[in-house]
Amino acid sequence: MLKTRIIPCLDVADGRVVKGVNFVDLVDAGDPVEQARAYDAAGADELCFLDIHATHENRGTMYELATRTAEQCFMPLTIGGGVRTVEDVRNLLLAGADKVSFNSAAVADPDVVARAADKFGSQCIVVAIDAKTVAPGIWEIFTHGGRKPTGIDAVEFARLVVAKGAGEILLTSMDRDGTKAGFNIPLTRAVADAVPVPVIASGGVGTLDHLVEGVTEGHASAVLAASIFHFGTYSIAEAKAHMAAAGIPMRLT
Amino acid sequence: MTTVLIDYDSGNLHSAEKAFQRMAAEGGHGPIIVTADPDLVSKADRIVLPGDGAFPACRRGLQTIDGLEAAIVGAVEQRGVPFLGICVGMQMLASWGREYEDVAGFGWVRGEVARITPADRALKVPHMGWNDLIIDRPHPVLAGIETGDHAYFVHSYAMRVADPADLLAHVDYGGAVTAIIGRDTVVGTQFHPEKSQSAGLRLIANFLDWRP
Repeated sequence: MLKTRIIPCLDVADGRVVKGVNFVDLVDAGDPVEQARAYDAAGADELCFLDIHATHENRGTMYELATRTAEQCFMPLTIGGGVRTVEDVRNLLLAGADKVSFNSAAVADPDVVARAADKFGSQCIVVAIDAKTVAPGIWEIFTHGGRKPTGIDAVEFARLVVAKGAGEILLTSMDRDGTKAGFNIPLTRAVADAVPVPVIASGGVGTLDHLVEGVTEGHASAVLAASIFHFGTYSIAEAKAHMAAAGIPMRLT
Repeated sequence: MTTVLIDYDSGNLHSAEKAFQRMAAEGGHGPIIVTADPDLVSKADRIVLPGDGAFPACRRGLQTIDGLEAAIVGAVEQRGVPFLGICVGMQMLASWGREYEDVAGFGWVRGEVARITPADRALKVPHMGWNDLIIDRPHPVLAGIETGDHAYFVHSYAMRVADPADLLAHVDYGGAVTAIIGRDTVVGTQFHPEKSQSAGLRLIANFLDWRP
């Protein structure tokens, strides 16, 4: 049986972890590769690096990070942040990423998803959708860190990019991100039920019950969290045990 | 002993290369060469064929490199060189791929590759993530790998073997989905051993140890 995935996400700027885990035994806690190794050993199901200050000039640091991570962690790695072109996808895949995530570039030009999926296959193309509630049951996509409204309906956009070839949706609720109030369940469920591909729920996790809700009520195939793991509130093993106890199939390592 | 990892522009070979290098170093199995050079393939002692993306694109990718396919076929069919296909590289062992169009495979394991259709409509396609293996038949490449061990899958199409004796392991995803196949000197994994942590590394080590 397929297991529900727990995906820790590391925010990276200029090759350093911005918001990272407090594993005490790390030699260099700011090194994303050290953090990745710690999560690998802790039983994380995948890893996600998000380049939060991605610019053309500092792209090379992310390639180098992907390469070093792939040399040491034999588990799936998704990289996002500042991915704009098919060439960006190619470079990240060649550097060692297994999946690459588009965000605002897909909003500006959904066909870039089709071009990338045609070239490399849907299995490695993720589209990250950042959505805000604008009316009950209506969610709009915002770009530029949640500052810029687009007028685009999140559920419709999810359907569109999947039709273009996205193999997975990383869905973040901008209303909930950083609040620790739990996932936006109606949003998660609306998107997960609308598309045939896996949806990763993100934004708002504060407790282990929130992870459970994302799957049982939100219908997500995977849950992504940053701060609850980074700040040592919970371990990956605790999260998995809690979700398994709630009846969710988990890979217990 | 020389192992070639065939590079035909089908995606990320970096982690596969690193995983094979690590296990080859631990087992004293010699170099891992990432190449599309038919001469090197013809002389190899082990061949690994990865593959990401669509079956027809991978198949054409192999065929566009002059002499590569003939070198692979010659090595396997005439010299009996141990061969491991990964993901679409495994699917190409089949007689036929039915993704977008009908395309012939190597035909070393009889069967065809068709879209996954889980009985439970709520199950997503692609089948993406960790699933627990159910071992159907013992095989040297499965030494130390047991039913219940997890492997990492990402695929929308799967192989259906014509002869059940060729099925080494499967997983449950709204029905049985082929996970590992093997016949003569050829084996294939639908999952990515280079992404499957300990069980995956074990399989790679077993393949390098294998003397069929």
